[in-house]
Amino acid sequence: MGNHRFPVTRLSAIIAASSANPEERTRAFEALVSAYWMPVYKYVRIKWNKPTEDARDLTQSFFLEAMEKNFFGRYDATKAKFRTFLRTCLDGFVANENKAASRIKRGGDATILSLDFDGAEEQLRIAAPPSAGSIDEYFEKEWARSVFSLALESFRAQMLDAGKEIHLRLFERYVIGADDDAPKTSYKALAAEFNISTTDVTNYLALARREFRRIVLEKLRELTATDEEYRREARALLGVDPQ
Amino acid sequence: MKWLSDNAVDRLREETDLPDLGCSKYLVLRKLGSGGMGTVYLAQDVDLGRKVAVKVMNLADSSGGLASRMMREARIVALLEHPSIVPIHDVGTLDDGRVFYAMKLVLGKRLDQSAGGAASLYDMLRIFQKVCEAVAFAHTRGVIHRDLKPENIMVGPFGEVLVMDWGVAKVLSAERAEAALTAKDARAERQAIEDADLIATLPLAAGSAGDTSGGTIIGTPAYMPPEQARGETELLDERSDVYALGAILYFLLTGRPPYQSGSATDAGEQAATPRPRQIDKKIPRAIEAICLKAMSERREARYVSAEGIAGDVVRFLDGDPVSAYRENVFEKAGRWLNKNRFIVLLIVAYLIMRLIVFFSVGR
Repeated sequence: MGNHRFPVTRLSAIIAASSANPEERTRAFEALVSAYWMPVYKYVRIKWNKPTEDARDLTQSFFLEAMEKNFFGRYDATKAKFRTFLRTCLDGFVANENKAASRIKRGGDATILSLDFDGAEEQLRIAAPPSAGSIDEYFEKEWARSVFSLALESFRAQMLDAGKEIHLRLFERYVIGADDDAPKTSYKALAAEFNISTTDVTNYLALARREFRRIVLEKLRELTATDEEYRREARALLGVDPQ
Repeated sequence: MKWLSDNAVDRLREETDLPDLGCSKYLVLRKLGSGGMGTVYLAQDVDLGRKVAVKVMNLADSSGGLASRMMREARIVALLEHPSIVPIHDVGTLDDGRVFYAMKLVLGKRLDQSAGGAASLYDMLRIFQKVCEAVAFAHTRGVIHRDLKPENIMVGPFGEVLVMDWGVAKVLSAERAEAALTAKDARAERQAIEDADLIATLPLAAGSAGDTSGGTIIGTPAYMPPEQARGETELLDERSDVYALGAILYFLLTGRPPYQSGSATDAGEQAATPRPRQIDKKIPRAIEAICLKAMSERREARYVSAEGIAGDVVRFLDGDPVSAYRENVFEKAGRWLNKNRFIVLLIVAYLIMRLIVFFSVGR
């Protein structure tokens, strides 16, 4: 047992966002935007009741301003979770924008990253709207969705790169491939479907699960500032202490 | 980026939550349930090709103390070879620092989930009798459980009963335990038992009355005896388990634990706890008496060991008088009639036949 249990291969994006190195800063910024833009957009749409166009502009300009003014560099991990801090910044930002009678659409036309706002709108249309008192919980849930979506994307790429397509297909079929309400497929049925033995199903899924867990933890490491925050987030998201 | 539904996120979370047992000979299959201390998973023993239950602690064992305590638990359970006590196969530490142990996979329902419903009083008492017998066996080996509650008892599909979770058990008498051993390495075992006797308190999560609580108070408030609730660990002996058995019987009879939010030391709770027959008049007086005797506040007034309570339950089931209840003459007659109803029915039938023959011949 030792440090190998911590995914230390990637630096914390929150810390790197204040780096003097512009390349590192850009990478960190991209990592933070990719994890948070969807929850931020939905939050602005729902909590602030903004129409689609305004919510898009506000999301873009919020992240742009965060980068310009180095909002994230002011984060103190001992005081709050990064998500809480980000949401406080966002609320302040939107409130200020509301106050400005003639808001300059600095972010409105600028493209920070290619953000799929249409996809976000589709999700808002499908999902049940949160109740008035549960907006905090909603933001947390959207953040978790974002982390898992990013982790799954990385997982797909890494498994394909490693030539482990069958592991990937099994994992997807077993975990998310079935209908939402359907019970999980049995290992025996999977073995028949993939024309492999049940033991292979067990072994492949064990490996895939281990890899996916590693990637989720790595993603969390990237999105937290300190080891303490990382462990706290892992506990909140996965229910266990990674240390 | 593909949008994940709420269910997909939950499933991914569940998969990620599964522990990495890569360092062991087990492959985790799925989660079976979780408690304050740890989570139990269904796993495959790769070497032996059998399914087992693996319990993984929720917290990492930074000091190594938890691993050694769990090893002691495994040793204690190893002393108790009994069909109603779940054997532990293996103890180890995962790469992430969490301790796990593998035990026999028990298929069935927890007693708190299987009690009530269509089960008759007779069925419930038969289950309770098996629990008492398992605990009585442990008592003969000098081991007390200290956390008996319906959640720690499994009932299998064929009526088999298993007493689980010996994590806070205590060896009262190393000599008695040692006498039960036939192992060749007696010296090592003696040391193991002495170690086991050092078991004090596992780091348990505090919670509701139904959860096992931490600190110096070991056990579950809703089912623990007053001396245990007061943290008087030096007073704990077989009669402490007897109290918990009485509380389990109370649960089986009434469908609720004796103490809803506090423990036996809470005067308000005690006053608010009705006798079983105040909840259900159909509960036989003798069974209520067994329950209340086991749950006596004074240790001296309880059964001396689980064997005593098991004996009374068997006597009740066999239609014999129980030590905990003094019957009046009508109750004695009623019990005798009930026990011997077949013979009584034969005699009555015979007498009716004689009467019919008598009157027929008389004409």
